[in-house]
Amino acid sequence: MPEPSFDGVAPLAATRGVSKRYGTTLALDNVSLKIHAGCSIAVAGRNGAGKSTMVRLLTGLDLPDAGEVRFAGKPAPDIAARAWWRSNVACVYQKSTVIPDLTVVENLFLHDHPASTFGYIHWREVRRLARNELELWGLEVDVDQRAGDLSVGERQRLEIARALRQGSRFIILDEPTARLESREISQLFDHVMRLKRAGVTFLFISHHLQEIYEICERVAVLRDGRLIIEAAVGDLDQGDLVAAMVGDAYQPTEGTGADPDARHNRNGNLGPSDPRPIVLDVDSVSVAGSVVGASLRIRAGERVGLAGLAGSGKSELAQAIVGQRKPDGGRILVEGQALPPGREDSARDIGISHVPEDRHANGFCGNLSVEENIALPVLQRISSWGFVSRRRRRAMANAMIARLQIKVSDAAQRTSELSGGNQQKTVMGRALASDPIVLVLEYPTAGVDITSKQTLFDIIRGTDAAVLLVSDEVDELAICDRVMVMFAGRIVREFASSWQEHEMVEAMEGLSQ
Amino acid sequence: MAIDMDAQKSVLTMAAAPVRRSRLRIGDELALLQLIGVAVIVGSLLHPAFLTPTNLINVLQQSSELSVLVLAEAIILIVGKFDLSLESIVGVAPMFAAWLVSSTAINGSGLMVNPYLAVLLIFVVGIAVGTFNGWLIVRLKLNAFITTLAMLILLRGISIGMTNGRTLYDLPGPLLYLGNAHWLGLPASVWVSAGLYLTGSIILSNHRFGRALYAIGGNAEAARAAGIRVDQYIWTVFAIGGGLAALSGLMLTGRMASVLSGQGQNMIFTVFAAAVIGRISLNGGKGSILGALCGVILLGIISNILTLSNVETFWISATYGAIILLSLIVTRLTAGKSYRSD
Repeated sequence: MPEPSFDGVAPLAATRGVSKRYGTTLALDNVSLKIHAGCSIAVAGRNGAGKSTMVRLLTGLDLPDAGEVRFAGKPAPDIAARAWWRSNVACVYQKSTVIPDLTVVENLFLHDHPASTFGYIHWREVRRLARNELELWGLEVDVDQRAGDLSVGERQRLEIARALRQGSRFIILDEPTARLESREISQLFDHVMRLKRAGVTFLFISHHLQEIYEICERVAVLRDGRLIIEAAVGDLDQGDLVAAMVGDAYQPTEGTGADPDARHNRNGNLGPSDPRPIVLDVDSVSVAGSVVGASLRIRAGERVGLAGLAGSGKSELAQAIVGQRKPDGGRILVEGQALPPGREDSARDIGISHVPEDRHANGFCGNLSVEENIALPVLQRISSWGFVSRRRRRAMANAMIARLQIKVSDAAQRTSELSGGNQQKTVMGRALASDPIVLVLEYPTAGVDITSKQTLFDIIRGTDAAVLLVSDEVDELAICDRVMVMFAGRIVREFASSWQEHEMVEAMEGLSQ
Repeated sequence: MAIDMDAQKSVLTMAAAPVRRSRLRIGDELALLQLIGVAVIVGSLLHPAFLTPTNLINVLQQSSELSVLVLAEAIILIVGKFDLSLESIVGVAPMFAAWLVSSTAINGSGLMVNPYLAVLLIFVVGIAVGTFNGWLIVRLKLNAFITTLAMLILLRGISIGMTNGRTLYDLPGPLLYLGNAHWLGLPASVWVSAGLYLTGSIILSNHRFGRALYAIGGNAEAARAAGIRVDQYIWTVFAIGGGLAALSGLMLTGRMASVLSGQGQNMIFTVFAAAVIGRISLNGGKGSILGALCGVILLGIISNILTLSNVETFWISATYGAIILLSLIVTRLTAGKSYRSD
């Protein structure tokens, strides 16, 4: 599409020097971005670059600390004017906001029924309007169907239709493809192209860089809260894009993502000639819809990274290894012993410990003390006739608290009272308490401060267990001896320790193969 | 983000680390004991008959069946589930046993089963019902509320239907023993209940089994990740709850010297009242059974005082309702307070 000229035309939406601070983190730093009608734009950036904050400001969920958000040349109203915001901008989030137990038509007109008399809804008329609406926006589904029975892609398109119905012609898609299969992705893109021709403008947030080139005219890159570059997609090739996302410090000629310790270990340890025994053997494991025949081996004392973006299948593979998820095929062996599929208790008995990704959902029991959380998997060891020795429990918990430098008033402090970083350390303590053979860590330093991070890294380096570190954070992956990269359910690349950040990012984005 | 705050705070807490918090493990129970103290004082001021050994023993005995049932509900609440059908086990289990040992002349089965075997069968029935509830909730993943409500209605109907709505009396000694015997001057049921609370309290605070229940109630997924066999534990707790409810029924049968057709009816409301007053969390993972016991005793004393004051039974029920609401509000308003887990 030829780039139109915008001289004298107010942009559809714009930020003028906006800054936003959350606590001590400067999430956005003086960002000015114009979005012109008919000129869809992609916003790219690594985790924490400020993309979500940008979305929050543009959709009126948050007010900027400095600068302003303008629509069609006029400053946006107060964030309380929800109806105004809804009719100017809509965001389809990664997490669906469709209510699964209501029908398509009910979702489409949620709390805003077009044909009602004093609140009495004329369903026949409403249905007719819904059919028209969906037909207009090219969504072919039965309006009386339960929304929960729609496919993920159809639900997304239903959300887009709802936004369009509310009057908005500017739609933000926040990582819309993360949970879609490739067929659904192309359906979504067809839909987006059709809507673009009908005059809808999109702001597209995606980790998958090649998608940007498919559906956007322009691209903006955020890094550490600053707008690094804003250009027409044709003027920026993928290499430039990755460089802008990663930053100058990580140019191919300079520096390395891996730490010296890891590099030191590396010589010749990758091949089959490595004398160390294989501790964890994952043999062509598949998980329906997310992992396709993944194989990896970890030798004693080795730290292996499993990298990949959300939706790459890395979390599902990790869950299969720890027994949270039942694989559909393949075998997992620990020291030659096959794990019964989908059995967390057996996995733990055999010697696998786990630091889960979502520590609130399945990491710790907030109602229990730090001491109890740490001791939970090893109660058998510190009890006689089933009666827990409080003395031994306290001793082992105190040792772990000291080792991990968990900040508590004492070991009996309730875990829910701790800060996020210390909760994370408690979860790590629990994983280490059983002296595991294999340690599966998902984002082990998420949400912890820089000193705690260093402590956790030292602990991970110091453990005797074979470590599988699941993450897409380059600084976490850097402590691994080698890194396997997953993309679209497959392990696509393996890096020895001396990789560079841009290579890693490219591999995770599925660019280099 | 609280990252830097965390670092700053950590410096402070490290400096303050030697100053340990006072270890008041029985904080909640202490507050309840104070309330019990107040109730006793009020009672003795209002009625000279209140503070007599006979009356107090009477209160304890009347509370003993309820307390066993509260114990059953408390452990089920601690794992984060609940069971409404417990009160129907109080009726149906002894009714079944009484029916087996009674002649057809008094609406029994005429089977004249050995009374000791009948006592054993009371527990078998209770545990079987609990196990079945556990199966429905753990394996079929049915909602605990509606499942146990249906079970309550079903069992209530069965126990009335078994004898055409008649009361069974003239029961053999073994069926009555626990509810009317005295050991060392106190009713046997009071001793049994005290023993169960003591054992239960030790198991819940010091045994692996008990700690696992708190972990499951707090966060079942985290407990599972720690290698706890969550489903088996929940199932076991339902079975134990059923067994305890049967014991409660046996004790009640002895005290009444008969099995009423509606035995146990409406007890479940008082059970929840006592558990809530005793600070057992309905969301699981929190509370101690000693707190629940305090709740039972407090309710027993209040009900006794009201009875002595010739207050009609229905007003006593209304009082219970008011007390539950009040204790819920108090719990919510004091929830921000720091709370020790052990």
